[in-house]
Amino acid sequence: MSEWLENHLPKMVLAPSFIAVLVFVYGFIGWTAWVSLTRSKLLPRYEIKGFVQYDKLFDSPRWDTAMNNLFIFGALFIIIAMVLGLLLAIMLDQKIRTEGVIRTIYLYPMALSMIVTGTAWKWILNPGLGIEATVKGWGFENFTFDWVVNPDLAIYTIVLAAVWQSSGFVMALFLAGLRSVDGEIIKAAQVDGIPTWRIYTAIIIPSMAPIFLSAFIVLAHLAIKSFDLVIALTGGGPGYATDLPATYMYAMAFSRGDIGQAAASAMIMMLVVFTIVVPYLYSELRTKNDG
Amino acid sequence: MKMTAYAAVSSIALISASSAIAGPEAEVLHWWTSGGEAKSVAVLQQEFADNGGTWTDMPVAGGGGDAAMTALRARVLSGNAPTAVQLKGPAIQEWYEEGVLADISSVAEAEGWADVLPASIAAHMQCEGSWCAAPVNVHRVDWIWANADVLEANGIDMPSTWDEFNAAADKLQAAGIIPLAHGGQAWQDATVFEAVALGILGANGFRKAFVELDEATLTSDEMVAVFDQMRKMRGYVDANFSGRDWNLATAMVMNGEAAFQIMGDWAKGEFMAAGKVPGEDFLCLSTPGEGYLYNVDSFAMFDVDGDDKKAGQDLLAELIVGQNFQKVFNLNKGSIPARTDVALDEFDSCAHISAADMNASSLSGSLLPSYAHGMALRGAQSGAITDVVTAHFNSDMSSADAVAQLAQAVANSY
Amino acid sequence: MADLSLNQSASQSNLGKIALRWLLYVLLGIFAVYYLMPLFVMVTTSLKSLEEIRTGSLVALPREVTFDAWKTAWSGACTGIQCEGLRPYFWNSVLLAVPAVFISTLVGALNGYVVAQWRFKGANLIFSLMLFGCFIPFQVVLLPMARLLGMMGIAGTIPGLIFVHVIYGIGFTTLFFRNYYVTIPSELVKAAKVDGANFFRIFWSIFLPLSLPIIVVTVIWQFTQIWNDFLFGVSFSQAGTQPVTVALNNIVNSTTGVKEYNVDMAAAIIAALPTLFVYVVAGKYFIRGLTAGSVKG
Repeated sequence: MSEWLENHLPKMVLAPSFIAVLVFVYGFIGWTAWVSLTRSKLLPRYEIKGFVQYDKLFDSPRWDTAMNNLFIFGALFIIIAMVLGLLLAIMLDQKIRTEGVIRTIYLYPMALSMIVTGTAWKWILNPGLGIEATVKGWGFENFTFDWVVNPDLAIYTIVLAAVWQSSGFVMALFLAGLRSVDGEIIKAAQVDGIPTWRIYTAIIIPSMAPIFLSAFIVLAHLAIKSFDLVIALTGGGPGYATDLPATYMYAMAFSRGDIGQAAASAMIMMLVVFTIVVPYLYSELRTKNDG
Repeated sequence: MKMTAYAAVSSIALISASSAIAGPEAEVLHWWTSGGEAKSVAVLQQEFADNGGTWTDMPVAGGGGDAAMTALRARVLSGNAPTAVQLKGPAIQEWYEEGVLADISSVAEAEGWADVLPASIAAHMQCEGSWCAAPVNVHRVDWIWANADVLEANGIDMPSTWDEFNAAADKLQAAGIIPLAHGGQAWQDATVFEAVALGILGANGFRKAFVELDEATLTSDEMVAVFDQMRKMRGYVDANFSGRDWNLATAMVMNGEAAFQIMGDWAKGEFMAAGKVPGEDFLCLSTPGEGYLYNVDSFAMFDVDGDDKKAGQDLLAELIVGQNFQKVFNLNKGSIPARTDVALDEFDSCAHISAADMNASSLSGSLLPSYAHGMALRGAQSGAITDVVTAHFNSDMSSADAVAQLAQAVANSY
Repeated sequence: MADLSLNQSASQSNLGKIALRWLLYVLLGIFAVYYLMPLFVMVTTSLKSLEEIRTGSLVALPREVTFDAWKTAWSGACTGIQCEGLRPYFWNSVLLAVPAVFISTLVGALNGYVVAQWRFKGANLIFSLMLFGCFIPFQVVLLPMARLLGMMGIAGTIPGLIFVHVIYGIGFTTLFFRNYYVTIPSELVKAAKVDGANFFRIFWSIFLPLSLPIIVVTVIWQFTQIWNDFLFGVSFSQAGTQPVTVALNNIVNSTTGVKEYNVDMAAAIIAALPTLFVYVVAGKYFIRGLTAGSVKG
């Protein structure tokens, strides 16, 4: 093999994937940006008409709700799933006898698609059929758990179901991280008499920063893609109280034949994602480079 | 030995291939996937096969066609449109404007569609003068269904004005019965809304508001009154209505938990599938107000390559508007035939009322397209209106605010 | 291994330790209920008759266990005019998922290898750009991809679906492998180069054998994403190539007619069996895979 080939082989191997990403991710984002400047309705049209779609978007009360929900849902989902995942991982790390079984129980929800489990959750949360009815049946007449039919609280049921689905996976990530911390350091700390909880907070958790990155990426990805879940659980309702940008975009594009509007909402959504994810990625990868 | 066997096999293959090419073909995209509807569509498939055609089924359930529309868009953009698609209302003309529909005027003229279809319905099936879709049925949307026993036990008659409805509902509430069985999904909210709007605005007002999108009508006092009545209706539904499927609401009426349901005549299909008899177990009447809101399902023919597919489209169109399919499908589905010359002997009493009303309203100019079911407006506009309706229903928004938002949403949706 | 069993804290009394241990198990149990509840509801519903579902409570065990719903879901449920259940579509999903998982894992492995071990200028930038691809919502790419697939002539085919899933899986698979390979000391590569091994040789004989844990992680993640995907499946298939998620949707989301909840639940579980199987069986290797330094930078 020639010298040149050997030097450039790594780049050549990476190139097809990189080009694919350029075309199918950034190219399509570019296409979406273009369409967001047009008056496309049913199918895409390409005459630029300015920022008219963005004006409409920001005038729409439904979009305001969707963006609000994205922040509420996104923040709660990521934080709770991370905390719960970490908590479960720490608990499972305590040499539990039935660890394998329990771990599988926490992990399996990720295997199910939300079309599947959305219906089950819908029942469980339905006041007349699920938890509220059952607890009332046990004699607690005044128990209410009707979040799912309450426009102000319904978004939190989405958080509940989403955390259920993904926290097991995060737990697995953290458990692996906990287990790969160097045992010597732990022993040394214990010999020094440092209490267990401090060992966790001062040594183990900080050393797992890269895992937080992976967990964050997985969770953020799921939060943005949360479409099936919302549709299956609340259909975006009551009214449009649990609308998210992903469902708004889908409704505009496919139910209402307003692709221009859908493209504008997609661009804003990606802008939001970009401003949150990119700084985080940058800081993480930069420190990795130094290390 | 081998050579002759090979030759035999290849010649058989050739023969079967050529005979396969000769017959009409159709790949049909639809969302009639439940048992009853699927059986009805199977009738069409059978007829198609009896006439030498090959039907390829492409069902995509859900959301009144949302997922199907997603698949359709992807198929059209990739240059691989299905042969026939379940489309209705202005969506047909919208797709025509994208230049992707086929022309079936030859079939329409040969079969004399213009003579057997009511004028407004025929108009929906035409794209700038040529025929591009075939109507399957006529659903009436503005029905009110009631449990006969509950009404009798409480001394209530079917209401003929909205005030009578309110009085009846108050009486029922006092007796511990849910007045209105409702499913809190956006399209159901919109269905109730337009029935109320028809009653309060009248046929002309309805047309001005929801077909012509006249701003004066949309912001009128009558429209405020419509929202006032909707607020009252909100008080007549039970606490768990959110997200409930429409057929579960029908079940509530069937078992006496609730008295009334405002729903299109596909609800009749549910009643009858459970063995209930119209007039005895359940009552049907048009909602208070003059007029008839229709929802016509139809198949639009897309521009495809290949003589076999084009032959398939022509055959399909002919069969869809044919006497036999019109009768059988509608018997099962609860709607009435789009064709006005189908004998209605086998249809039930509610269907007879529907057919008579359809003809009468067609003559008096009050045969109107349903906005909630995508017949009156394009998706963007009807969606915008529904957003306001459902937000109002699910919150404590005032009627004045709702009307203001309505006008703004419509203006914003172009 | 982090060895922090609570008994090593010298200052706690035995009773305190046992109490804490019990608390731990109780907490684990409570969470287990949270995770198991939907599955419990699904399984019990699928084993009940419609009559029992209508009249009974959600969480009650079936009075009479019947497998009719399962039979119907597999081979008799209506997904349109055909009433053949999920069986015909299962094979489509297999044909789609297996090659897609294989190809995206292989590509991810090679990419991760390059980015982790063959530092060249801009490698990290390219990696970050690829990573961003994990965040693109699929609805955005649906329409342009449809156009592109049409132009390539593979719209509506299984290879077309495989292509789409591979493209959008590359971000994640590269991430997983890169994080893993970064922990392998670069001295290994240097030594191998001195010995005269080239790029592919090093990959094949050094990295690949070490990769089993991360391969398991990647395969699990990709298989789940691809098998459970609905959006691409419904948009880029046609009659005859529809995956099992489309059939499931047709069974569960029919808008009229009697909702056969037991059939719906049985169908949902059947559709999920492969992924469940993968998670349950490979779960052990999953943790092992993540443990072996895969996720640490």
